[in-house]
Amino acid sequence: MAVDYRQMWKELDMDLENHDNLCNVLPVAYTDIYLMQKNRPKAMEFWDTVVGAIHGIRPAELIEAQKKGQKVFGTFCVYVPDEIIIALNGIVTGLCGGSQFWVPDGEKVLPKSMCPLVKASVGARLSRTCPFFRIADMYVGETTCDGKKKAYEILGKDVPMYIMDVPQMKRPEDIVKWAKEISLFANKVEEVTGNKLTIEKLNEAIKIVNDKRRAIKRVYEARKNLDVPISGKDALLMMQIAFFDDPIRCAEMCNKLADELEERIKNGVSVFEKGAKRILITGTPMAIPNWKLHHIVESLGAAVVCEEMCTGTRYFENEVKENCASLEEAYLELAKRYMKNNCACFTPNDGRIDDIKRLAREYKADGVIDVNLKFCTIYDTEGYFVEKELKAAGIKCLGIETDYDDGDSEQLKTRIEAFIEML
Amino acid sequence: MYIGIDIGSTNAKIACIDRDENIKILLMKKTGFNSKITAKSLLLDAKKKFDESDNIIVATGYGRVSVDFANKTVTEISCHAKGACKIFDKDNLVIIDIGGQDTKIIDVENKTVKDFIMNDKCSAGTGRFLDVMSKTMELTIDEMCKIAEFGGGVKISSLCTVFAESEVISLIGRSEKKENIANAIVMSIVDKVATQTKRIDYKNKTVCLTGGLSEINFIKNALCESLNTDVLADSTGKFAGSIGAALYAKELEAKNEKFT
Repeated sequence: MAVDYRQMWKELDMDLENHDNLCNVLPVAYTDIYLMQKNRPKAMEFWDTVVGAIHGIRPAELIEAQKKGQKVFGTFCVYVPDEIIIALNGIVTGLCGGSQFWVPDGEKVLPKSMCPLVKASVGARLSRTCPFFRIADMYVGETTCDGKKKAYEILGKDVPMYIMDVPQMKRPEDIVKWAKEISLFANKVEEVTGNKLTIEKLNEAIKIVNDKRRAIKRVYEARKNLDVPISGKDALLMMQIAFFDDPIRCAEMCNKLADELEERIKNGVSVFEKGAKRILITGTPMAIPNWKLHHIVESLGAAVVCEEMCTGTRYFENEVKENCASLEEAYLELAKRYMKNNCACFTPNDGRIDDIKRLAREYKADGVIDVNLKFCTIYDTEGYFVEKELKAAGIKCLGIETDYDDGDSEQLKTRIEAFIEML
Repeated sequence: MYIGIDIGSTNAKIACIDRDENIKILLMKKTGFNSKITAKSLLLDAKKKFDESDNIIVATGYGRVSVDFANKTVTEISCHAKGACKIFDKDNLVIIDIGGQDTKIIDVENKTVKDFIMNDKCSAGTGRFLDVMSKTMELTIDEMCKIAEFGGGVKISSLCTVFAESEVISLIGRSEKKENIANAIVMSIVDKVATQTKRIDYKNKTVCLTGGLSEINFIKNALCESLNTDVLADSTGKFAGSIGAALYAKELEAKNEKFT
């Protein structure tokens, strides 16, 4: 039974008319890209339901929680430590930014030559067509990208923004600096929530987030199998929704999915034809509903088996040490874990190349596609090393730069098909 | 007969080879609006020249999926590699293919694709660029390339076809000599293609030029100079994709995949 969320959207002061346009296109795309897939895991029904009312179910929960006094924090990046917010009884939510739909509104205030993810995020807020961008009590940015830094200044005129200063290098003193940033952030979240952070609460939160990481990891582990029990598209969707869901339910659902996938492996079930080429995708994040590249690759008969990106392994690899004795220790342990994320904003960033090589081996990838959003200078530049180092290691690699719109999909198909023929 | 059909963005080509891989028929026509009809009429024209009913067909090129009577489709990258190896009788090659809407640099080792570089959706450095510019110059592409040999001293800096056209128009407005503008136009594409080629290790390899512009000496020579190496070209170079597709058709039979 479909629930009507229009009243809620109205109360959020959303642009209902424009929002209807968005709501009308999503189900069509989702049917073509997702529901037409054969032999999907049954557990994916949960994610189908979530996407079916993506601007309804979770926003309604967030509003209920706010009524009970909880605060909602909108975040843009895997560098912001969820543990701090959760420990202070706050709620973390991802924000919209994965569709061309929002880009023109972003371009009203941002240069055209900026990455579509930043343009879409700003556009989603300014056009009042993303409920998450209407609900959050505070938005937490970080300095992982020059485009975002400037965009936050523009967003800051419209919403309460807090910025975390992410170091640009990974020396020991940078980890100490990040621990200090985390403690400052904890002060801010204490102020917004009115709660006091204790080590007991933080240890609990660390456990909750680690559990979520382990659950997602189980799903990824299943993808290492030669019979691939889940499509790359479905795994990507699970990953994208993790940014929005309650962490405990997220872990529960991912574990349920992993149970089914492990059962499928026992029974030799694969969603791909025998001999399908296995592709690892690395590069810039894929915010929901950006399914473009996965859809092209899998429509050509290949299997996406892993994503080395923020909407992928970087989200769940590496855990935070549990049962810390003091807040200071916990801040440092958090800093250590988060600083293991290999984002192209760091110099040097050799760790990412090592990760790609390791993951290509673990996931038995036949080839790697390095995909970067247009105008993402740091990833584009790092692509030089990615391609060079992978080729030196004997791993076939295809570099692609693309945008949210579908104008280049035919060219991409030819390139990717040729790449698959080459493997 | 083994038949390859290459539906390019500008021209459609057909190649027919026999059991011994002798090239029997090569035909070309404008792709036009309906690539499906073009493919059919190419096949009919080819069939007038032989009477064999047992044919295997592989389609390639951007319009490959519209050739619904083909036994299989293979991308133009793989087909060009195979076709060029046949034309130039080499196992290792670096192929520069300047096509109507894309330019490909293909690194071939042991007759298989090792790596390739392709321009993105922008038309800079493609045949379409010359096509647009020649219209502005009121010349055919051949005429423009011929007079380009006698010009020089002017450069076009825009990579975008639309902006480059504005540059050409302002050069015309400045009464710049026609051969100088023609030279600037042709050299702009040569520079772009040479830069792309330099991303592949082409030293110690044979470099060849295929595609619709492969018979234009000025482009070939300018590429030789820019890359500081010999660049081979052949009159059948524009059929490389279709010849490669025909060779794939022969392999298909060997693998007994004819009806898959």
